[in-house]
Amino acid sequence: MLIVCRSIFIGIGRWLKRRGGSILLALAITVTAVVGQAEAQLRVDITRGNVQPVPIAIPSFIGGAGGPDELSQNVSQVITADLRRSGLFAPIDPAAFVEPLVPPDGTPNFANWRPLNAQALVAGRVAQTADGRIVAEFRLWDVFSGQQLTGQQFFANPQNWRRVAHIIADVIYERLTGEKGYFDTRIVFVDESGDKAQRVKRLAIMDQDGANLRYLTNGGELVLTPRFSPLRQEVTYASLGGDQWQVYLLNIETGQRELVGNFPNMAFSPRFSPDGQQVVMSLQQGGNANIYKLDLRTRQLTRLTQSPSIDTAPSFSPDGRRIVFESDRGGSQQLYVMSASGGPAERITFGNGRYGTPVWSPRGDVVAFTKQDGGRFSIGVIAPDGSGERILTEGFHNEGPTWAPNGRVLMFFRDVPGPSGGPQLWSVDLTGYNEQRVPTPNFASDPAWSPTLN
Amino acid sequence: MKLRPTFRHVFVAAALAATLFGAGCAGQQKALEQGAGIGVASPGSAQDFQVNVGDRVFFTVDSSVLTPQARTTLDRQAQWLNQYGQYAFTVEGHADERGTREYNLALGARRANAARDYLISRGVAANRMRTISYGKERPVAVCNDVSCWNQNRRSVTVLNAAGS
Repeated sequence: MLIVCRSIFIGIGRWLKRRGGSILLALAITVTAVVGQAEAQLRVDITRGNVQPVPIAIPSFIGGAGGPDELSQNVSQVITADLRRSGLFAPIDPAAFVEPLVPPDGTPNFANWRPLNAQALVAGRVAQTADGRIVAEFRLWDVFSGQQLTGQQFFANPQNWRRVAHIIADVIYERLTGEKGYFDTRIVFVDESGDKAQRVKRLAIMDQDGANLRYLTNGGELVLTPRFSPLRQEVTYASLGGDQWQVYLLNIETGQRELVGNFPNMAFSPRFSPDGQQVVMSLQQGGNANIYKLDLRTRQLTRLTQSPSIDTAPSFSPDGRRIVFESDRGGSQQLYVMSASGGPAERITFGNGRYGTPVWSPRGDVVAFTKQDGGRFSIGVIAPDGSGERILTEGFHNEGPTWAPNGRVLMFFRDVPGPSGGPQLWSVDLTGYNEQRVPTPNFASDPAWSPTLN
Repeated sequence: MKLRPTFRHVFVAAALAATLFGAGCAGQQKALEQGAGIGVASPGSAQDFQVNVGDRVFFTVDSSVLTPQARTTLDRQAQWLNQYGQYAFTVEGHADERGTREYNLALGARRANAARDYLISRGVAANRMRTISYGKERPVAVCNDVSCWNQNRRSVTVLNAAGS
């Protein structure tokens, strides 16, 4: 067996680089990889819809004293919940296990797992180190070939135990699907409470599974459409603080807030460029909204559209060269693509109905949108050249898609009608399957998925 | 979304009914109650403006075109505002919930702007007014059907403190 040991910083690598070694979120997790030489055989194909979830056995991790303890059980439960919610895995009920605990050190007795039809087995341990950190180690086994697929060891501060569990789930997901995981990520969204006619809206942030919720604003002003920076611990959003809607930058660790520019009229619908150095947004002039690009370093403002219409909801392509946006310049709300430096725009939607809130996939191949047709609101995707439109979910009101960083899952909000109804967060696979409610304490709208944290 | 003329007339009629009677509209009812509380709204008061002039006009789906009824209301507003020149005011634009968030903010701004331009064309000084859009964030009627959506697609002329 080949032993590979590497020590890396998992956490906000790219952010840390930019912040010059800030310790704000310095989750230093040391990884030791124990990699088997044999080629893997188990592989989950996630490109098809309605895939049969892969049965996986995740016995409770072993604690420091040799048996399961609260921490070790919590870690394995978070891993189990992540993999189950992905829709690609079917964790087997531990009540069926012949062997409730599997040490990560040796080779498991696969005869205990094959009768359960477990395709994969996760064996792990979480213990305390002498210096007060936790050390989590696990191995992922292919039950039928009896081969180890991966094995890693993580050191972290105890308060980061959930992130350790999400990172382990990400490793398992990536090893078995070939796609990057998205469990060690966060969601910023708008928390909604109070009467429907006088909603109190607060920016909130939570882990992608709903844990660790924290409020970023106090509800004293309306807030809309938060978007993550690809580089920094920062979001941009629109807020009605004073007399007019303006666009802000908010550092989500320090709470420090900054106006991107003092515009005479409404500024709204901001989004970062992929390099994090620019914000695109709409500025209102009379009855028209046009799209502008603001360079955050030079503060230079560049006008990108020049039409007597509503041009809004701009979103960059991942290579930063193009921008998709919505406009009613042709008579109704439709999607257009233009160069990131402005100029002529090409309409890409021609189906029935109106199209809005375009968001370019991090993989670059499709644009997600909200479509209104026949009194229903759906979430769909379309290629940037206007081909291959596909609806993923539809109903009374679905709106505002955002992409998981691997481009395979979308989150959006769904408004439940009725006097006491309101919006809730949901996720759906790119295939249109596996709709899942995302838990939030109150009503919630305008979700934005963070980049990968590790 | 394009509406057939017959539907458009229905919307206009509903909007007109809401304007005249305040039927089912929380904001209007509140205004009426306030007016009743002090007896007859005294001429030149904010209550007078809300109750006797009408502080809001309504729009059809995805439109900022002023209907004949909207123009009639704005004519009355302009006359009143020209008579009582001590008021500065804000024109608020609103959309119903049947649109996407960013678009509705811009649509609300477009509606407020349409009302503003009309008031200016009737002699109201531009420097007395500002506009703001609330998009779909501040409905007055919260049901999820046409009867409420008709009341929410509106611009509202809100008087600021007098004497400014």
